[in-house]
Amino acid sequence: MTTRPFRHECIVIGVSAGGMEALQKVLTVLDAGFSLPVVIVQHEAATSGGFLAHFLAGKCALPAKQAEDKEKLVPGTIYVAPPDYHLLIENDRTLALSIDAPVNYARPSIDVLFETAADAYGRALAGVILTGASVDGSRGLKKIKDAGGLTIVQDPQTAEASYMPRAALAAVEVDYVLKLEEIGHFLSAL
Amino acid sequence: MIQSVPDDPHSEQKQNESIEIQLLLEAIYLKYGYDFRNYACASIKRRIVRKMDLENIPTLADMQHRLLYDLDFFETLLMDLSINVTEMFRDPSFYKALREKVLPALQGTPFIKIWIAGCATGEEAYSVAVILQETGLYDACRVYATDFNEKALQQAKEGIYTAETIRQSTHNYKLAGGAASFTDYYTARYDNAIIDQSLKKNVVFSDHNLVTDSDFGEMNIIICRNVLIYFNRTLQDRVFQLFHTSLPPGGFLCLGSKESIGLSEYADRFDHIIPREKIYRKK
Ligand SMILES: C[S@@+](CC[C@H](N)C(=O)[O-])C[C@H]1O[C@@H](n2cnc3c(N)ncnc32)[C@H](O)[C@@H]1O
Repeated sequence: MTTRPFRHECIVIGVSAGGMEALQKVLTVLDAGFSLPVVIVQHEAATSGGFLAHFLAGKCALPAKQAEDKEKLVPGTIYVAPPDYHLLIENDRTLALSIDAPVNYARPSIDVLFETAADAYGRALAGVILTGASVDGSRGLKKIKDAGGLTIVQDPQTAEASYMPRAALAAVEVDYVLKLEEIGHFLSAL
Repeated sequence: MIQSVPDDPHSEQKQNESIEIQLLLEAIYLKYGYDFRNYACASIKRRIVRKMDLENIPTLADMQHRLLYDLDFFETLLMDLSINVTEMFRDPSFYKALREKVLPALQGTPFIKIWIAGCATGEEAYSVAVILQETGLYDACRVYATDFNEKALQQAKEGIYTAETIRQSTHNYKLAGGAASFTDYYTARYDNAIIDQSLKKNVVFSDHNLVTDSDFGEMNIIICRNVLIYFNRTLQDRVFQLFHTSLPPGGFLCLGSKESIGLSEYADRFDHIIPREKIYRKK
């Protein structure tokens, strides 16, 4: 059997409303030398104006921005789905937006990001489900697992809203169940 | 962390899958003339795979066979691929800019032609018609609203929407600078709202495919929102060329909030006149 060098190439994170604090805890651990792109879907009201990207840019060592259509993913950058658009990843590792109908009552939907990211990156993808009150993300995380990617779920007991982590754990045999504090350190070692 | 691992068993499958999707789109084009070959892949693929799940079609090869031999089945897929999602006054700030910045620049033009490309079920066209009424320009305008989806166009012509749709639009109408009462623009019947004839009379809906059809005359304003995000860069450039030919110098091009001409080779032939909106003017 031939072997080849391998490392992860992208991280996707799904979190529902109220996930601002959780994201901050995870992402502020990553230092300026971190070299994977991080792509985030947070369920946000259509009218929220996309505050999250600004918020993270102010707190994190890595640059954070709202995702743009056809944009090429750059290492060490945090991308946030704009409110009221789905965010997808193309095989050529560019981002795409769409206004397709909501999925799991959500637009952006975590499943849409995760499923397309799994297609684009296969096993070189790591998917993370954090706090939330929705089933969104479970299907997508399953797809990441099936494509050989790494799956991580926040320990439901430590989640502000445990419904989404629980749903993910019920749907997928995940690789790691971690406390919020641990997730950042885990990711920074990828 | 760099590790050493065996070859990925999924990667060959992935390669084959993308070949099969390309073949499927080629087959659709050859058989029915609808050209999805240069649409953004991830979204198209999601829709095809979802359709296969729904219909219990096991492989892409089976899907291709079914599409070639079953016209009705193709038509249902066509609906799925064309994504007619739309709403009235989506992005109110755009309509506000149209009202306050774009239309005033055309005051005095004897006959204003507006092309709404990718109009879906008509909500956008009627939103524009409302703004035209309120700026006193309606009677000097003709709105050409086009789409390649005939079912959507049929609905657009009827102009009947659910009361729910209308209720949600009322708030955005106000944000778009609407000062009248939105109820003036429709007649409520049971759970439906029918768009008023006075809004419909200068709006013409017709079939037009942005990928395969050519232009149809000079326009003063082209509004094409949330269509180009579904196209790849090559196809976007084709459409920008079409729009460029259809506009006189000084003509307006309005794109969706998350779309831009910035990366295209046509970028320097337009001025970006309203920075916060995707509103451009041909040089
Ligand atoms: C997501 S909708 C956007 C509707 C509306 N412009 C808006 O912003 O709310 C996209 C529309 O583009 C139409 N469309 C897609 N490809 C097209 C093509 N090649 N030619 C014409 N219309 C097309 C679809 O049928 C659909 O109605």
